Amino acid sequence: MTDHSETAVLGNEAAPLPKHSASEIADEELVEGSSLWKDAWSRLKKNKLAVASLVIFLVICVFCVVGPFLVPYDSQQQDLFLGATGPSAEHWFGTDTLGRDLLVRTMEGGRISLMVGLVATVVSLLIGVIYGATAGYLGGKVDAAMMRFVDLLYALPFTIFVILLMVAFGRSMWLMFVAIGCVEWLSMARIVRSGVLGLKKQEFVEAAVSLGYSHKRIILRHLIPNVLGPVIVIATLTVPAVMLLEAFLSFLGLGVQPPNASWGVLINEGQQNMEIFPWLLMFPAFLFALTLFCLNFLGDGLRDALDPKSAKD
Amino acid sequence: MKLLRNVILAACMGLGLASCGDRERATDVAAREGILMMGNGSEPKGLDPHLVTGVPENKIISALLEGLISYHPTDDLKPEPGMAESWESNDDYTVWTFHLRDAKWSNGDPVRAGDFAYSWQRILTPALGAEYAPMLYVIKGAQAFHNGETKDFSTVGVKVIDDKTLQVTLEGPTPYFLNMLKHYSFFPVNPRVVEENGGMADRASRWSTFENYVGNGPFVLKEWVTNQVIRVEPNPTYWDAGTVKLKGIEFYPVENAATEETMFRGGRLHMTNTVQPDKIPIFKEKMPNELKIEPYLGTYFYRVNVTRPPFDNPKVREALAVSFDKQLLVDKVTKGGQAPATGYVPAGIPGYETSDKVKYDPELGRKLLAEAGYPGGKGFPKAEILINTSEAHRKIAEAMQAMWKQNLGIDVGIYNQEWKVYLDSQSNLDYDISRSAWIGDYVHPSTFIDMFTTGNGNNDTGWSNPQYDRLVAQAQVAQSEEERLGLLREAENLLLTDLPIVPVYWYTRVYLKDPRVQGWYPKLLDNHPYKYVSINAE
Amino acid sequence: MAKFITLRFLQGILVLLGIYAVTFFLVAATPGSPFSSERAIQPEILAQIEAFYGYDKPTSERFIASLGNILHGDFGPSAVYANRSVTDIIAESFPVSLKLGSISLAIALLLGIPAGIIAAVKKNTWLDYVPMSTAMAGICLPTFVMGPLLALVFGLIFAVLPVAGWFGPEFVVLPSATLGLYYAAYFARLTRGGMLEMLNQDWVRTARAKGVPERTIVWKHCLKGGLIPAITFLGPALAGIISGSFVVETIFQVPGLGQWFVKGALNRDDFLILGLTVLFASLIVLMNLLVDIAQVALNPRLKYD
Repeated sequence: MTDHSETAVLGNEAAPLPKHSASEIADEELVEGSSLWKDAWSRLKKNKLAVASLVIFLVICVFCVVGPFLVPYDSQQQDLFLGATGPSAEHWFGTDTLGRDLLVRTMEGGRISLMVGLVATVVSLLIGVIYGATAGYLGGKVDAAMMRFVDLLYALPFTIFVILLMVAFGRSMWLMFVAIGCVEWLSMARIVRSGVLGLKKQEFVEAAVSLGYSHKRIILRHLIPNVLGPVIVIATLTVPAVMLLEAFLSFLGLGVQPPNASWGVLINEGQQNMEIFPWLLMFPAFLFALTLFCLNFLGDGLRDALDPKSAKD
Repeated sequence: MKLLRNVILAACMGLGLASCGDRERATDVAAREGILMMGNGSEPKGLDPHLVTGVPENKIISALLEGLISYHPTDDLKPEPGMAESWESNDDYTVWTFHLRDAKWSNGDPVRAGDFAYSWQRILTPALGAEYAPMLYVIKGAQAFHNGETKDFSTVGVKVIDDKTLQVTLEGPTPYFLNMLKHYSFFPVNPRVVEENGGMADRASRWSTFENYVGNGPFVLKEWVTNQVIRVEPNPTYWDAGTVKLKGIEFYPVENAATEETMFRGGRLHMTNTVQPDKIPIFKEKMPNELKIEPYLGTYFYRVNVTRPPFDNPKVREALAVSFDKQLLVDKVTKGGQAPATGYVPAGIPGYETSDKVKYDPELGRKLLAEAGYPGGKGFPKAEILINTSEAHRKIAEAMQAMWKQNLGIDVGIYNQEWKVYLDSQSNLDYDISRSAWIGDYVHPSTFIDMFTTGNGNNDTGWSNPQYDRLVAQAQVAQSEEERLGLLREAENLLLTDLPIVPVYWYTRVYLKDPRVQGWYPKLLDNHPYKYVSINAE
Repeated sequence: MAKFITLRFLQGILVLLGIYAVTFFLVAATPGSPFSSERAIQPEILAQIEAFYGYDKPTSERFIASLGNILHGDFGPSAVYANRSVTDIIAESFPVSLKLGSISLAIALLLGIPAGIIAAVKKNTWLDYVPMSTAMAGICLPTFVMGPLLALVFGLIFAVLPVAGWFGPEFVVLPSATLGLYYAAYFARLTRGGMLEMLNQDWVRTARAKGVPERTIVWKHCLKGGLIPAITFLGPALAGIISGSFVVETIFQVPGLGQWFVKGALNRDDFLILGLTVLFASLIVLMNLLVDIAQVALNPRLKYD
């Protein structure tokens, strides 16, 4: 499920280009479009750090998705007599205060956290990029109106908004995705718009306009690819931001319903007992931090690989 | 470690931070000055004794105001003279006469019997909307006045004989009336100050703000910074000012238990409000002189919605009640020396033993569940435990969930809601099983038993038993205390047979206390008269 | 310029009105009530309380009444904290948040922007990896782990700083460091991204080929444009720090505004929620205006439009 979502992140960024190309643009341009991504992939492969991050990230995904099937414990199976015990041969990550195996809880917590991070990011990416590019490109009154709407949403205090939503509609994990995604796209839209505003004064865009290309084509073919650099930086910031946000909600007790637990829930539990049961904090926090580090370095690598200008180096 | 420490010290000096170095801790300075620093849970909703309902509010108000009867330093049952110097009642405890001492408000006004009449009229005034007004229903005619049946306060059994004498007539014989008087809903407010700030029925009256507050207790407000600290200092006009030993108290509204513990260890608190359950065994071992575990008059239980199948079947409810290991739960989850609740009314009430009707018996539980039509939990509908958001409640619910599954084979989910929504769900009977607790307002079984009568606002289970209602009504007018306790015992047995509630454990108060704090004794209701508390500099 | 600012200002007022309406009806539609209490309240008493706060009137009527009050600068009483007005609460906690926020933001900028510039200039060397990995630490650990860790190390083990409270300059260090570290990471990454974007422009390559010193390229030509993403983030960062410092405020007992955002929503303190929303929205509108002006100032290619 999770590595599925990961490919979805990459896939969705890439997808609009070939699809629209096929419908509107001549064949040779389609070839050119896909080769851009092929080149990017080959450049990414040369970046050792990014590849290592990708591998580690995939390992974490597999660990979380497949792991629970291999561990002989159920994440909800308690042993009150045992209580919290440190790492041992039976329980590699130790057990929590209710005597539950922390290894399997960490794995299942990872599933939830990764899913929250990736799904919400994809949502924010799709909305934000299209919205921001449209506003920046069209400019004028349309831009002003569109950005005022963003301001309106921006100006809703997120904390109050989420708490009220959670209170009003009960606790659904999907609602959490939607709520977070709906807020995170705003930054994305502003950044993309800023980029596009700068770009559209540049010669190649003016050239495209004078050639009479459609707005849609100019936005998708010329503007979005050229702001992909910052977009990917923001996206890689969004995944950890979303995961942190989910952790914050867990701190408030608004996270996933028990007995399920995300990494945020586990870390929150762990930090309260960090002096007496350090493993309760260490293992989930280490995996959480490692995942965020990897996503980050991977984002850097993707940035270098996808930026058309650095390609000329 | 030492080197690193020195490096950090040097760095701090470089930054000019005055706080660095082996300076005295804040608690040491305060102890020398005679100031007590207390963790107080949360920011008080207000300090008006007639409008607040919470524990943090109570702790501050009891430093600022004093009722007719005050808290005894060690014994919750003994009446300690407060504003009343002496008192007497008639033989059947229905008419009480209080003789007031010469006492002053902090603005110099004398405390008069009329101030109490005014205060009680205020809390009973319908327009004020005081939540604790029903506490005063023990007084003759109070309920009728509060319900608006009459606007004439002279119909209520409160009579001002003269400035120093107050006569109170009750609905029925109430020997424990003196215990009730210790509750802050009976506390006086200064009529002149209240009238100057919007009058008797103004909910948003500003008489109880920092600027306007006038009290008659051992301390007066010195500083009030929201979400940070409330400081009080001795009240020079207090009648017993000579007894007051502390030079001040600082109440810190610390909501996060981990922060509170860090503050205690970091020398910023002499006393905490609570201790995280998982830390209790560590403190037992490492700080045995600081850790306090004391009995507390409260019960933790689960309400069961008897209007919803399958919980309308008493056998199902009993199966739930006997099929989790209470001892294991208190030993391994709550860890604070709580007692497994085998009954409802907690221990500590003289003349009233705790019940042992509801013991752990999974064998019986399985049998009852089978009789109810769910052998081995087969076919048992999906039910949920409603909790309000809190780590501690979640853990207990997770343990219950696992034990019910193991013993009965039933799957019960957990659903948490925010406090306000949770309260609504509970009172609208929109739940299957709901986490609950009750802390006694005074030391008597009736503070626990009365609430489960039919239609009582705190019943919240849909349970109704005419015989129970009758027993409670009889107890209210019983002629002797022995007879009253007997009737309440019968009522509790009935409650524990029908089991609209699943008793879990009886509370303890667990907190950390600096050994330098003196004159602070275990109390069933956790009320500590600050005037006897002192602090050693050593 | 003046026209641009006036226009934006008027738009801002419209945004505020929109926000107010959205929040009001969202709050009204949320279950729970500010007046629910653990001890049952008799229906008659509840009716009295509701009448006192105007809850006996239909929602639309309440909306108009409260809007009128707000336009007169009256945010009403707190529905939960007896005898305190929303204005009192905000007036007391806002200065604290502003102080905490601006110090944290200063720390974040001082750490984040240099780290980002160095990392971009020395791309793919240890001078890139080390500052960036360090900066990342702040956003890889939630503040509710970082805060207690700092309190443990500096407050208990070394005992050089107070563990919690808000009574003097030394009390500001740990909370603002916790918040600052968190935002430093964002500024570092945005600065690095922005600088790389500029350094990869064609005209930079041309300049390099013509022998313009690297130092001049970085400082004179690229810095301004490279800082745009970071500057765009300033507004959200300040708003985030002011409203989202709940965790840090809770852990370090800081009497700031952040706690009220959470407490207001959890207590269903309707008037407080509305007051905070209006305050927050005004801040955001103001910050956005400033960011727009700054962006144009830094990038002459943009016009006021």
